[in-house]
Amino acid sequence: MCGIVGLFLKDKSLEPQLGSMLSQMLISLSDRGPDSAGIAIYGAPTGNEAKITIQSAKPERDFRGLDAELAKAIGAPVSIAVKSTHAVVRTTPVKIDEAREAIQTLRPDIRIMGAGDVVEIYKEVGLPEAVVDRFDVRSMTGTHGIGHTRMATESAVTTMGAHPFSTGADQCLVHNGSLSNHNNVRRELIREGMKFETENDTEVAAAYLSSQMAHGKNLGEALEGTLSDLDGFFTFVVGTKNGFGVVRDPIACKPAVMAETDQYVAFGSEYRALTKLPGIDNARVWEPEPATVYFWEH
Amino acid sequence: MPAINVSKALDQSHASRVFDLSEMPLRELNQALHNLTPGSNETAWEVLHPKGSHSVAVGVDQPITIDVRGSVGYYCGGMNDGSSITVHGSAGPGVGENMMSGSITVKGDASQYAGATGKGGLLVIEGNASSRCGISMKGIDIVVQGNIGHMSAFMAQSGNLVVLGDAGDALGDSIYEARLFVRGKVESLGADCIAKEMRPEHLELLQGLLDRAGVTGVKAAEFKRYGSARTLYNFNIDNADAY
Repeated sequence: MCGIVGLFLKDKSLEPQLGSMLSQMLISLSDRGPDSAGIAIYGAPTGNEAKITIQSAKPERDFRGLDAELAKAIGAPVSIAVKSTHAVVRTTPVKIDEAREAIQTLRPDIRIMGAGDVVEIYKEVGLPEAVVDRFDVRSMTGTHGIGHTRMATESAVTTMGAHPFSTGADQCLVHNGSLSNHNNVRRELIREGMKFETENDTEVAAAYLSSQMAHGKNLGEALEGTLSDLDGFFTFVVGTKNGFGVVRDPIACKPAVMAETDQYVAFGSEYRALTKLPGIDNARVWEPEPATVYFWEH
Repeated sequence: MPAINVSKALDQSHASRVFDLSEMPLRELNQALHNLTPGSNETAWEVLHPKGSHSVAVGVDQPITIDVRGSVGYYCGGMNDGSSITVHGSAGPGVGENMMSGSITVKGDASQYAGATGKGGLLVIEGNASSRCGISMKGIDIVVQGNIGHMSAFMAQSGNLVVLGDAGDALGDSIYEARLFVRGKVESLGADCIAKEMRPEHLELLQGLLDRAGVTGVKAAEFKRYGSARTLYNFNIDNADAY
């Protein structure tokens, strides 16, 4: 099981509704996975700030005073917006890697959910509705986003085992399925210098794509590589700073349906996720073909 | 043969019973359908706003008509035994799974394993069907007016699968006695599935299926027949590579 959704807006007038549209899509698939849920939202780029989404089991202790300590450590202005167990740290783009390292030194218990110029990632144990409410996802604006509700098979039900997984700047991935060669691929990626936070198979798929793109491939080419290099069942929905992609393994057991109008491209594990989108009755609705890469870029 | 009850026949002209799934729970619809007894006057049903719901009209065992106005999720019309269901939209995975008799028509496309394990009745997909269409079919007739995906008719035992468009990879893998008729191209045949001669009795059978499915303007002679080479029925060490 597991339920995955994705929404890529073409019509700017819908951007203020991205959070509410994506939340509704994910909540409609709650019975595909009760263990944990997560959403990644790509906000409009501002050009002069980068963001790190962080998480802590003890947010009151870990987030208090972090902005001042971090600003001092990296020598640049820092702001922190706390949302429940998560917080978004903003600073100047050139300081982003330094800030990431400083956070880990200053607060070793903080988990980094993801980082980049535009992405924010929120994920927790619990049903989609609880997660969406907790982080006020409905009020978020943005250009595209992906979401996941998890029925765990490959690793523990924890915040870090929830999707989306992010392994590169503004890159993240949600997955329905299970990979069988993830240990081997993880070993190869570790040799390349990639770092892993969990034992989860999906994190390996995310890191694989990050590695491919770091070697100069575009999103489409990186997704194409999953078909030969990853073994197992998968439907992946992937977000990058300005792109959105979908690929299914050649057997394609895991369900998938897509819809496209002049206003958006939408993905759902089931048609139920798409029924409340504007203009869905006249949308082009289709099942993505097995072993076929689909991607869109702004 | 019982005598025709004229008053009952007239009653059938009554307006159809309408269930709006945006106002009523699915269980209420399916329970009402299961409560029907032979000879019921409620022979015409309409389901509004299915919005991808799972298991719409499963297990119906009376000869009624059901019009579903919109797209459905998993297992629509599963185990159907005698009713005539029309989905005025597309269907999710497993439409008509294990159908016993009656008919299901999908006006749009169907997702994976349409008609899987069906024992009887007629399933018509007016659009395309996805992968594993007719997997393990056991007597059902399936007519797809568009294309079908990979691994269709896998281990198909009996019945007929008619495809007006193309078939994906590994058609009819490990097939038993089902007959497959494809008008377009076949990406590849599965293990033990071969092209077979179209004899007069097959043309007649196929024309009957096309007529029952309401397909016009297409001739039986435009199709090729595929079926079992019957070399995998029993274990044979020489076939070890094919198992």
